[in-house]
Formats: sequence, C-alpha cells, structure tokens
Amino acid sequence: MHAKIVVSDVRKSYTTDKGPLTVLAGIDFSVSEGEFVALVGPSGCGKTTLLNNIAGFERPDHGEIIVSGSPVTGPSRQGITISQLGSVFPWLTVQQNLMFALKGMPKNDTKRIAQHYINLVGLKGFEQSFPYQISGGMLKRVELARALAVRSEILYMDEPFAALDALTRVRLRSELLQILFHERHTCLLVTHDVDEALHLADRIFVLGPRPTKVESIVEVVMPHPRRLQSAEMLELKENILQKLGVDTETDDGNLLVGADNHNRLQSADRPRAPQFRSTNSKTD
Amino acid sequence: MNFLSPLALLVALVAVWWFTVVASGTIIFPTPWDVVLGTLELARLGSLWDHIASSLFRVGAGYLLAAAVAIPLGLLMGWFEGVFATLNPLIQILRPISPIAWIPLAILWFGVGNVSPIFLIFLASVFPIIVETAAGVHSIERQYIRAAQNFGVSGLALFRQVVIPASLPHIITGMRISLGVAWLVVVAAEMIALRSGLGYLIIDSRNAGNRYDLVVAGMVIIGLTGLLLDILMRQLEKLKGVRWRYAR
Repeated sequence: MHAKIVVSDVRKSYTTDKGPLTVLAGIDFSVSEGEFVALVGPSGCGKTTLLNNIAGFERPDHGEIIVSGSPVTGPSRQGITISQLGSVFPWLTVQQNLMFALKGMPKNDTKRIAQHYINLVGLKGFEQSFPYQISGGMLKRVELARALAVRSEILYMDEPFAALDALTRVRLRSELLQILFHERHTCLLVTHDVDEALHLADRIFVLGPRPTKVESIVEVVMPHPRRLQSAEMLELKENILQKLGVDTETDDGNLLVGADNHNRLQSADRPRAPQFRSTNSKTD
Repeated sequence: MNFLSPLALLVALVAVWWFTVVASGTIIFPTPWDVVLGTLELARLGSLWDHIASSLFRVGAGYLLAAAVAIPLGLLMGWFEGVFATLNPLIQILRPISPIAWIPLAILWFGVGNVSPIFLIFLASVFPIIVETAAGVHSIERQYIRAAQNFGVSGLALFRQVVIPASLPHIITGMRISLGVAWLVVVAAEMIALRSGLGYLIIDSRNAGNRYDLVVAGMVIIGLTGLLLDILMRQLEKLKGVRWRYAR
C-alpha cells in the first residue's frame, strides 16, 4: 500500500505574550491508504495543532505535508474533519446538512446520496429534524454521514466522541468500524483515550509533551472485533500508558482502566463489527 | 401561560386609581371610566385610527430604513476586523446620544413634516441592530466556518449560507430591541411639532382644554400598541431556522 499522508519534519510555533511557544518540534510519519492511525499524547501536547496542519486549517512553519501525492494548501473535501465540538449546522435539518456538503451536484443526485448515508448511519426518519431536536450521539452520526457523503478519502477525527456518555461512545466506535469496513477511509484520530485508540487503530503514534515529537509507534495487530480485556490488549495499554508517563505501578492497578471505566462496559457490550484487514491478524 | 396573576395586578391597580381619584375629589384627573369614554369618543370621531396609523407609518419607515442600513453594516463589521475597528468608535460615540437630543437638528434640517420623526426613529433603531448583528457574527463558533471551508464553501456563498444564518438569531434580537426603542421615540418626536400621531394627541389634548382623559387614553394606547408590536416580533423567534439559539 502506498502512503496517503506523508508528514516530514513539520514544525510549528505560536507567538504568545510570553514569547514564542514551540508546539511541534519536527514531526515525521507516514500513513498508508486505508490505514487507521491514532495519535495519543498528554493533554496540551499539540495533537490538535498537528491534525489542523494536516487537514489544512493551519500552515506549518517548516516542513512538508503531502496528502494523496500533493502538498496541502488548505482544507478540502478530500479530508473531512470531525471534532469534539461538532460542526453540524444548527440552522439546517439533518437532510439539509448533508445537502449543504453536496452543493454543486444535481439536486436529484444529492437527495439520493444524502438519503443513502442517512440510512447508513441509522438516522432514517430523522431527515427533517433539526440538530437541537436530536441527541448528541445522533449528531455525531449526522457529522459522520456528512463526511462520508462527499466521498472524502480521509477522516480527520479530533476527539470525536469525547463529549458523549460512555455507552454511546463505545457504540459509535463499533459503528464507525462497521462503516469503515465498507468505505475504507484513511483515518487519523486524535484522542486522549487509550482504550479508544486500542479499539480502533491499526497503529498508535505516541506523542511526547510540548514541544512534541512522535516518541514511539505501537502496532495493534489484533483483528476486529477486539477484546480490550484480553491479556495482550491490557499489556499494550500498560505499555502505552507508561510511554505517556502514567505510572501504573504506584497505584493499586485501578488506574490501568484509565480516566473512565470503559473496560467493563467494553466487555459487556462487545462490538460485533465484521472482521477487516485480517491479513495482519493474530489469534485473539 | 399564566394570565391570572398579571390580570389580577392590573385590576388592582385600576381599582386603586379609581378609588384615589374619587376619594381625592379631583376634577381634573380622570377616572378609568372617563378614559374609556374618551377613547370611545376618539374612536367614534375617527381621529384615533388616524393617530395610530400616523405613528405606525413613521415607525415603520424609520425602522425599515434602519434595518436596511444596519444589517449589512453589522455583518460587514462582524466579519471584517478593519471595518469594525474603523466604525465602532464612531458608533459608540453616537449611540448614547438620545434621539430626543437630535430633535432641534432634525427640525432645522428636515422641518416639521414626516421626515423629522422618521429620521429620529432611524437614529433610535439603527444602533441596536448594528451592535447585535456584529455581535452575532463575532459569536459564530469557528467550527462552523471551518466545516464550510472543509466542504469547499467560501467567499459570498460562505457569507450567505453560514455567516447570515448563524447570526440570524442575534439579528432578530437586535430588531426586537430596536422596534421597542423606535416606538418609544416616535411618541416623543411627535410631541414636539406635528399635527398627527399619538404623541401629538397627548400634547394637543392637554393644551386644548386639559383633556386628561384623552392624555391617559393616548398613553394606554401607546402601551398596548407597543405590547402588540413586541408580540409580533417574538413570533420571529419561533421560526424553525433560528429556534436553535433561543429554545432548548
């Protein structure tokens, strides 16, 4: 597989009242087509800045970002960003939000495509609802449907599920995997939730504190559906937490579970996503 | 909605008013019933409707003119930092000057016809709409602008499809505030120099034989019309495309 995203020696600083603040201190990596990469790192380390630079909303001071073979000059439909804040337009209905993204195509086609993706994310019957009339989890589905509808090749996700309750979060992760099984996007996910990264990603890039660099790369070769409670996963998780500087030894082991208690939920609500990319599978 | 308690308060106030007038034995201040009779007299003569129509016409003209100027200006000020930096100091200086203070200049420039009150209404309503519209644009969350850029929407289309709908709730609030102010000012403006309108009615009734029943009737009609205008404006806030900001 050839590289979809290539980031070479990207640096970024901001000028603040207290002088220059270096956020990205030379980032290098590449992401293959169809690959799911998670970026984890301590809060405030510059994960979001990095994602914004790759998505084209900000420009690096130094270095180069190549997406699909050409340098990034600004945001485009090629890669759609889904953030924690949510960007579903509140003044448009669910259907109108998808149609907004599809502007420029013949109206009949946009209606048909919009409906297809509304059905895909399970929002049939809510086409004419306004965002304030539906739940947070449904809003995320609208955002995902809108990104898929424009046939974006890449999904940039910045803590997309962070504002949701634990149960909805786990459900949406599983649904995302199912959708990706069919649509095969390249995904770049920024998260502080190691469980989320382990659940979704093919590779996890661990970033250091600001000014940040890629400290290490962890491959997750488990096939889907994954069991986060399996011994291998717990070991990977401990490994990543240690790299992040979370000392799992000093506590009585509860900290292993992370900030929130997804693990117990996870095993009870095991995703039944189809297995995909089983080429690099090991036994569960 | 609860109509009972405000109604009870009104009835109590009218009762106190009535009792006080009767108990004090005044011959100049009217009882509530005198006011009702006075209103009916005006309605029968037809001049009541003329006064209301004149006042509404002046408010309508000045107010719509203000909206036509203020909404585009507010949008530009909200969107372009340079426009805001240039215009905002001037607007903040002009805004606290009561439109009443402009009356002498208005008479000097436009005489005592319809133009003067329309000009004063314009001055009264233009600033709240400008300020609210610019604030509406400033309060647009960045993720909406970014999402639009992400889908390739920019320039005028971005303005029309994102900036305007996103600030519409603020614009409507500004328009509601300024209509209230406009109504406040038309009456004051008409008190000075004109031959029609509710403000004229009040001053004329006093000057032409101390008809305080008609003075109070004019005041009550002004209050009720203002209430009606506000109720009408509130209907705008129920539009589906703006309800996201007001209702939850």
